[in-house]
Amino acid sequence: MAKTLTISIMEPPYESATSTTAMRIIDAALRKGINVNVFAYEGAVSLTVKDQKPHPNPVHGTSVEEEKHPNTKDLVASLFELAKEKGVKLEWINCGLCVDERGAGNWIDGPRRGGPPDFHKWVQESDATLVIPTK
Amino acid sequence: MARYVLVESRDPFESRDVSYFYGLAADLAAKGEQVTLFLVQNGALVSRKGAQGNPLDHLVKGKVEVLVDSFSLRERGIQDSERHPSAKPSDIGNLVDQIMEEGAKVLWH
Repeated sequence: MAKTLTISIMEPPYESATSTTAMRIIDAALRKGINVNVFAYEGAVSLTVKDQKPHPNPVHGTSVEEEKHPNTKDLVASLFELAKEKGVKLEWINCGLCVDERGAGNWIDGPRRGGPPDFHKWVQESDATLVIPTK
Repeated sequence: MARYVLVESRDPFESRDVSYFYGLAADLAAKGEQVTLFLVQNGALVSRKGAQGNPLDHLVKGKVEVLVDSFSLRERGIQDSERHPSAKPSDIGNLVDQIMEEGAKVLWH
């Protein structure tokens, strides 16, 4: 039976390397056949906002296509695809109160709304829990 | 004996409390616990050989296993020849394996 890892993240997108590392950990766990639960709260609820758009880079003189700079919503979407491909579960909850205060409710397919009781339940049911704080 | 995985993501010159995290790793190992210090992001900067007051030798002598994320090393241009010998290159998959070990207690700084 596949093991389950619960990860709690709170870093908003584009602020630090921590979001990238969290994505790398989720990716590695899914590739190892581990089910992953992600509890996103505080700024991390903005990782999945549907309205994110890529941009060109006028300093480098690159177009949007040339710049190839994915938004975090695309990275999260690709993690859901990876989970499907590997036959494991990726559950993603955005903390409702954090979503409401940030107006970050328009997210991509995959995540759902929840709260701390969901995190508590996951912690009790998982084989391991990783809490990644912010500064 | 308990199993601890301590993940350090910060540059030791950025914040004084990084040294407390190294101290925690050393103290746990001194009490006989099994401790891995996994350096990631700017935490990898301490693995440069020339850094003054480098704590890595002390940690390794104290039986702390020190691993450093290869991706973080590459991002920061730390070549093998510049890397402190006490910091063994590793990868994020190994970190996942350590986190998933039964009974592992994981702390992220």
